[in-house]
Amino acid sequence: MSCAVHAKGLTYLYPNGERALDRLELHIKHGERVAILGPNGAGKTTFVFHLNGLLTGNGDLEVAGLDVCKENIRELRSRVGIVFQDPDDQLFMPTVREDVAFGPLNLGLERDEALARVAEALETVRMGHVAERAPHQLSMGERRRVAIATVLAMRPSLLVLDEPSANLDPRSRRELIDLLAEIERTMLVVTHDLPFAAELCERAVILSAGCVVADGSCDDILADDDLLAAHDLELPAGFVPSRVQRRSRPGDASAMARLYPPLTTKGAA
Amino acid sequence: MSVGCNHMLELTGLAGDPASAIHRLDPRAKLMGLIGVTVVAVSAPFSAWPVWIVCACVLAAVAGTARIRPRVVWRRARVILPLVIFAAVFLPFVRPGGETIEIGPFTMTTAGLETFAGVSAKATIGVVGAVLLGATTTFPSVLRGLEALRVPRLFVLIAAFAYRYLFVVVDEVQRMRAALASRAYRPRNLRHAGALGRVATALFLRTYARGERVYLAMLSRGYAGSMPQLEPLSFARADAVFLALVVGTLVPARVLIGAAV
Repeated sequence: MSCAVHAKGLTYLYPNGERALDRLELHIKHGERVAILGPNGAGKTTFVFHLNGLLTGNGDLEVAGLDVCKENIRELRSRVGIVFQDPDDQLFMPTVREDVAFGPLNLGLERDEALARVAEALETVRMGHVAERAPHQLSMGERRRVAIATVLAMRPSLLVLDEPSANLDPRSRRELIDLLAEIERTMLVVTHDLPFAAELCERAVILSAGCVVADGSCDDILADDDLLAAHDLELPAGFVPSRVQRRSRPGDASAMARLYPPLTTKGAA
Repeated sequence: MSVGCNHMLELTGLAGDPASAIHRLDPRAKLMGLIGVTVVAVSAPFSAWPVWIVCACVLAAVAGTARIRPRVVWRRARVILPLVIFAAVFLPFVRPGGETIEIGPFTMTTAGLETFAGVSAKATIGVVGAVLLGATTTFPSVLRGLEALRVPRLFVLIAAFAYRYLFVVVDEVQRMRAALASRAYRPRNLRHAGALGRVATALFLRTYARGERVYLAMLSRGYAGSMPQLEPLSFARADAVFLALVVGTLVPARVLIGAAV
């Protein structure tokens, strides 16, 4: 299944009339890993919320082969997995197991199948041992990984992460990069953490005032100091993007197909 | 921050032997047992006071089987009991009836004293029962039990979210307190209370905003108005035996003692 994103002239106005997205044009191909960069208030999160129909603006938006509209909402939410910035927003059930099972059960899966998905997703993020715990008993890094598992359990074809490295200590951040590098999905990473983007993503897009102001290879964009400065972005002192070793992808396409068979949901069209 | 949470965690959650027969019971059996003990205790008038002793014995037997030490029960019960007893402590002075007893400038009545003793006994039995339920059953199981007992889903959901976000809100309150203290906020009189009002407002707004984000996160994962159930409950023979024992002890005791007085 293709999980490309095509946004054409996407515009969204806040209730107060302010333009959050302004004729946004963005095309993301199947299998790409794209970093979405930009200053605070650039419209990054607003754009993310359009991808699964939490917000609907004007213009054309096609995600994972579906037009974003009311009729497709259910299917869209199974194909697009959004990992929210604050794991405490994402983990709302009393135990980790119930939380990870929340999505699969909403897709209409039977209990056994849902539990198998839970085990698989928690295994992927190496958090199988916390299934019985309550979210508040986990560290921030563990919560982040469980939050990712809650989304992986739905087997989305597009994975969207909003500020995944926020509030993580260096070790948890490193483990998160290792983990994400092994997940084969079309991936959008919204972040301020430029080294994080450099390690994971081959392509970067800068959003500013609701439109795309730069779109290119991550190396080129991060090497352009003037461009970064113009949009309130900054590399850490001494960081040289060209020296970053980008993570290799896990295996070939057939291995990917074995790991993640095509998504099937009951009750979906 | 963590100190507050740890303290709270100590007073909630399981205690005793997690593998005990009581811990393994279906939450519905324990909930119904709690309701049984409470109803029997509350329905007994002062003259039928031995009923309260029977209730206390049942609770002691449950605590013993679950291997919950008296100290744990005391530590948890003392959080809530003083509030209940405080409300009743004025009864002997205000309730008319029976003989009067002069203590300095105050006058107590025996009817008032009886009511006070009754209210205290009933409150203690109810609170200790609830403490035992909390010590032998995880909160998620209690919620599942409540839902299976047909408590309206909305109430169960509210309780579930309250439990989940209590810890998050406590953390936030503690951060705000630290922020106030680090800017030398030391309230001395009523004029200084204004800042607390603003803290409360900020906390409300933050909690409200979080509620919105949680709802979006739920929608993102396919929420369409009803919460899915993962763990089905099973009411086994042990649960029936437990309930039969509790009810079979309490109800005859209540009827016989009630008839004898």
